[in-house]
Amino acid sequence: MTAVHARGVARIHAAFDRARDENRAAFIPFMTAGFPNQQDFPAVADALLAHADVMEVGIPYSDPLGDGPTVQRASEVALAGGTSTRRTLQLIADLRARHDTPIVVMTYVNPIYAVGPREFMRLAAEAGVDGLILPDLPPDQDLEIADLAAEHGMAVTFLIAPTSTPERVELVAGACTGFLYAVSVTGVTGAREGSALGEVPAMLALARQYARVPVAVGFGVKDAATARTVAQLADGVVVGSAFINAIQGGQDVGALAASIAQGCRKD
Amino acid sequence: MTLHLPAYPMPDDRGRYGRFGGRYVPETLIPALDELDRAYQTAKQDPAFLTELDRLLREYVNRPSPLYLAQRLTEHAGGAKIYLKREDFNYTGAHKINNCLAQALLAVRMGKKRVIAETGAGQHGVASATAAALLGLDCVVYMGAEDIRRQELNVFRMRLLGAEVREVTSGTSTLKDATNEAIRDWVTNVRDTFYILGSVVGPHPYPAMVRDFQSVIGEETKWQLQAVEGREVPDAIVACVGGGSNAIGIFAPYAYLPDGERPRLIGTEAAGEGVETGRHAASVAGGRVGVLHGSMMYLLNDDEGQIVPPHSISAGLDYPGIGPEHCLYATTGVAEYVPVTDAQALEGLQLCTRLEGIIPALESAHAIYHALQLAATMRPDQVIVVNLSGRGDKDVAEVARLLRAEQAAEVSA
Repeated sequence: MTAVHARGVARIHAAFDRARDENRAAFIPFMTAGFPNQQDFPAVADALLAHADVMEVGIPYSDPLGDGPTVQRASEVALAGGTSTRRTLQLIADLRARHDTPIVVMTYVNPIYAVGPREFMRLAAEAGVDGLILPDLPPDQDLEIADLAAEHGMAVTFLIAPTSTPERVELVAGACTGFLYAVSVTGVTGAREGSALGEVPAMLALARQYARVPVAVGFGVKDAATARTVAQLADGVVVGSAFINAIQGGQDVGALAASIAQGCRKD
Repeated sequence: MTLHLPAYPMPDDRGRYGRFGGRYVPETLIPALDELDRAYQTAKQDPAFLTELDRLLREYVNRPSPLYLAQRLTEHAGGAKIYLKREDFNYTGAHKINNCLAQALLAVRMGKKRVIAETGAGQHGVASATAAALLGLDCVVYMGAEDIRRQELNVFRMRLLGAEVREVTSGTSTLKDATNEAIRDWVTNVRDTFYILGSVVGPHPYPAMVRDFQSVIGEETKWQLQAVEGREVPDAIVACVGGGSNAIGIFAPYAYLPDGERPRLIGTEAAGEGVETGRHAASVAGGRVGVLHGSMMYLLNDDEGQIVPPHSISAGLDYPGIGPEHCLYATTGVAEYVPVTDAQALEGLQLCTRLEGIIPALESAHAIYHALQLAATMRPDQVIVVNLSGRGDKDVAEVARLLRAEQAAEVSA
């Protein structure tokens, strides 16, 4: 299978392998491109990349229905500051010049269709994007996007949820080439009170039956303690809203990232 | 039992109408959509469900709604006969109740105790709250802050009916954002919540299910027209489109007739201040193909895929997309979609009110305006049916404000 040897796939898998060899779950911080503004975004991203195994960058979108209020607000701020899809890819290209860490883009499908799937993939690959996460694209909806991503050397990540049936998990897991993203709760993104791990072990057990790629868990991970709980079960831990909240609260994002990265240890 | 829900050749087994439609939603919802689809497919064949729906449509909603020959509008236009399909006679004042009662019955069948809905003008919210009250379901309605301001009376009605109205202040604070919030609620509470979606939009099976429930409008029109004109098929049907539920309800029973037997089907889109100004809600005339709320459709979005806030005088048409089946009709020529501006709709509303004593909803006024233009180009033996999707009570305060502003502008000019 050519996709397995694609650049982005290989880089993402290598990052997970390295973390596993160090007895860690991969730490995957998320940040909306252009947040808190275009000038400060590179420094925020640098602070996260200093600890990240894989970095997830969100294209700001006007109607992010899989996201909670925190990410939506970040998107609104970024859009108001002029961060477009093309600008996001430029920002990533700038990061790529300083960092080797794999970078995946989180985007809703409409920006991809608007730019044109082929043109979007060309621009993303040029910018050094290693993979895509598509929260509103179940893999059986549109195979063209996954095929085009593979053609351009990029991996694709789809999501499973606690509501996913075994048939869906098999289908989604089979379509992922980067990593499989398991959503920890029924709900949208956002840091939550308490630990929301109730359904995660069963979901991961199911995922492991079918996935040929690493399995990361996201939604609701907000600090080192929740990261530690998740890290015992998953190959990767995704953290997003907590960093946006930290920026809004004037906290040190680098320190929070360091702490959560520490929490990703498996021992 | 006299009710049947029609079977149409669309969508395909992937929920697509040509390239349009589909299910672009978070994976969390896919099992719920599958569950809904199975429940709906079973219910639409089940005599118990159909009998109960039929009883409620007759005894509660006040169906069949009359098909009324609008003599004075016909004379005014000076051409084809104009009939009004009087959905404004329905209980709660609009076609929305047809679909809400049916979906609420389905919710009960599926054992759900909680329903959620989104609303723009408030008609779908009121209908959802009404159905929930009738069937003893908890109800939460999401509504944009801007629409709450414009539709104060409907907000009060929903609360009186026992529904919780949640104000949405994200994005543009209008219908599209209320829909986002309703979908988020559903993603979070999917196991015990039924989402009563108000138009022929959203992920499959919603566009098909809402169409089937609204098809009662067109099915009635057939036999009513047969009774008065001796033929089931008029020469033209005109209906307003936002998401497009009232239009699909009267179009679909005719849309799959062979070429040459089909009436002209005309959807009037809200052109706001004019399609060329960018201040409009005309998705076919001024949009391009994109994905919103789970469905691929014509959509107001910029060249980066950001949704462009729509504008219309009517909160009920103020939606940036149009249902996927309409998109198919538009691309295949089965139906035509014409823009009607705010000012033209206001003119349609005043003409209908003064000539017929019927105050139409601002949504329906778009269709009335275009029907008058069209009738004038047709022969007196020809027939146009206009879907009068709702009554204008909810709009009178807004209309008064607009007419006062118009008069003030005339005085100062």
